[in-house]
Amino acid sequence: MTTSRTQYGYYPGCSLERSASAYDVSTRAIAAALGLDLAELDDWNCCGATEYLAINKLAAYALIARNLALAEKQFAPGDGSGGAHKAQLVAPCSACFLNLRKADHHLQEDKTLAVKTNEALAAGGLHYDAGAVKIRHLLDVIVSDVGYARVKELVVKPLTGLRVAPYYGCLFSRPHLGGERRTQGVRTNPEYPMELDRLLKLLGAEVVYFPLKTHCCGGHMTQISADVAYELIRRLLQNAADFQADILATLCPMCQLNLDAYQQQVSRHFGVKFNLPIVYFTQLMGLAFGIEAKALGFGKEIVSAAPALARIGIQAPLPEGEAEKPKRKPRRPKEALPLPVMPAESEEMEL
Amino acid sequence: MLAETETVVPPRAAKPPLSFLQQVMAATPGDSRLEMCIQCGTCGGSCPSGPDMDYTPRHLFALIRADMRDQALSSNTFWYCVSCYYCVVRCPQQVYITDIMAALKRMAIREGHSLHGDAPDFSQTFIGNVERYGRSFELGLATRYHLTHSPLRKVGIGTLALGMMARDRLAFTPTRIQGIESLQAILHKAHELTAEAERTGEVELL
Ligand code: SF4
Ligand code: SF4
Ligand code: SF4
Ligand code: SF4
Repeated sequence: MTTSRTQYGYYPGCSLERSASAYDVSTRAIAAALGLDLAELDDWNCCGATEYLAINKLAAYALIARNLALAEKQFAPGDGSGGAHKAQLVAPCSACFLNLRKADHHLQEDKTLAVKTNEALAAGGLHYDAGAVKIRHLLDVIVSDVGYARVKELVVKPLTGLRVAPYYGCLFSRPHLGGERRTQGVRTNPEYPMELDRLLKLLGAEVVYFPLKTHCCGGHMTQISADVAYELIRRLLQNAADFQADILATLCPMCQLNLDAYQQQVSRHFGVKFNLPIVYFTQLMGLAFGIEAKALGFGKEIVSAAPALARIGIQAPLPEGEAEKPKRKPRRPKEALPLPVMPAESEEMEL
Repeated sequence: MLAETETVVPPRAAKPPLSFLQQVMAATPGDSRLEMCIQCGTCGGSCPSGPDMDYTPRHLFALIRADMRDQALSSNTFWYCVSCYYCVVRCPQQVYITDIMAALKRMAIREGHSLHGDAPDFSQTFIGNVERYGRSFELGLATRYHLTHSPLRKVGIGTLALGMMARDRLAFTPTRIQGIESLQAILHKAHELTAEAERTGEVELL
């Protein structure tokens, strides 16, 4: 490479394409400011979340390894000798981060698995040398590679007076993948990391004490057992409320979705009224860097961040679609709920 | 424990049947360290889903060691695992608990024990989309899934979906990747290799 700065492969993951587009937009916006060279991985596929591993191991590894193989090809072309972390792939989604690094780790550790996975990859004309691509979490890249000092320099609009709960969720700090190769993950305290706290402080925000910062938000449990998931979400919201957070910063699209989109339901379920906007840390970075709220995906959140931001003198757009909200009954019958449609069916769907 | 160390190694031709514990360990990628469990209970105490599980992870591991296959595989424990990895970072023996849970899910499905609520179906719906398009369409999946599985809750989910829709956060059609044919060939091959492993009894690939 002729450029002086490191190029990172960028793996947005499915969530960032749509439901977490605010994370994607704000990531790209601050990357430009930080001088972070993120090049999207061409034609990446879903990493399978935790679902694929529950069904078929080889297919799950092959699915993930296709991304690794593509990343090796795109960002570390050459001899195919592997093993040397020749390229870096950044994932903003904590679930993707874990899946990708876990697959790479086990492919290095487990030769049979590596051989069989490559046998499957070969059917699609691909090959992956275990260890060739180092998987990083976006937050880790920002604090470790770009560094706190650089972030601090870029702050032009400190978020003074904004009380932020720093939420890490599970998969930023856990697990360390065993053995010699512990470096695959983020080197931090698995239960009480401080990276996000420090970063938010540099942005001028007031970081509240948030003891549950690495507790689980329930992940896909919202789809499987609502009672289990709602209780996990309630604990987090309650904890942030106890410490009077104005807003919660997250670094994972699944956490954002659970805490934001299910907040009303959780409130109703427990008969409490939570009102905690859930935003991505990258959105807050963008604001502190003086980027307009509109360009950072604000307004996509279900629980509006606008009132909290207004209190510190930042104008953020109201949630999209909020204007039409006054209880106008939808004309469609209740049974006609928004079903996702396959492309073939989509003509019949009046949107 | 003793039973394992005493296993007599018969001549090559007849593979000694693996104990349930050995099978679970083999199916977990890398070194699961399950045989190192000292039954301390740290995992269960750290588990956010612990109270809802039939058996805590510790209890489940005791059943596995006691070769109580049906009882273990028909439990809801691993289906309630949310992959938070609290147990893994706290286990004094570094047992790779979360991946063991995933291995148990696969075994339970394969052996027809997957009667536990919606979890296996959810996984199936999800991967169905991934196999067809290469990308998932997450919330879209959630909606479709809910309408087929928990009609009682559909009104609640409907409101949620409408909010997401208003903010353009719900994909109606998944993105299809360009290399979908190559991906499908890869997955097809993986399924073939899995079927082969099932025939030959190569547990470590399952
Ligand atoms: S884990 Fe979620 S966000 Fe990441 S690729 Fe898979 S479906 Fe998309
Ligand atoms: S459950 Fe929530 S906190 Fe835990 S890993 Fe998944 S998204 Fe993150
Ligand atoms: S924490 Fe580890 S050693 Fe203790 S019971 Fe659980 S698996 Fe066994
Ligand atoms: S990873 Fe699974 S078993 Fe372990 S503590 Fe979390 S939910 Fe419980």
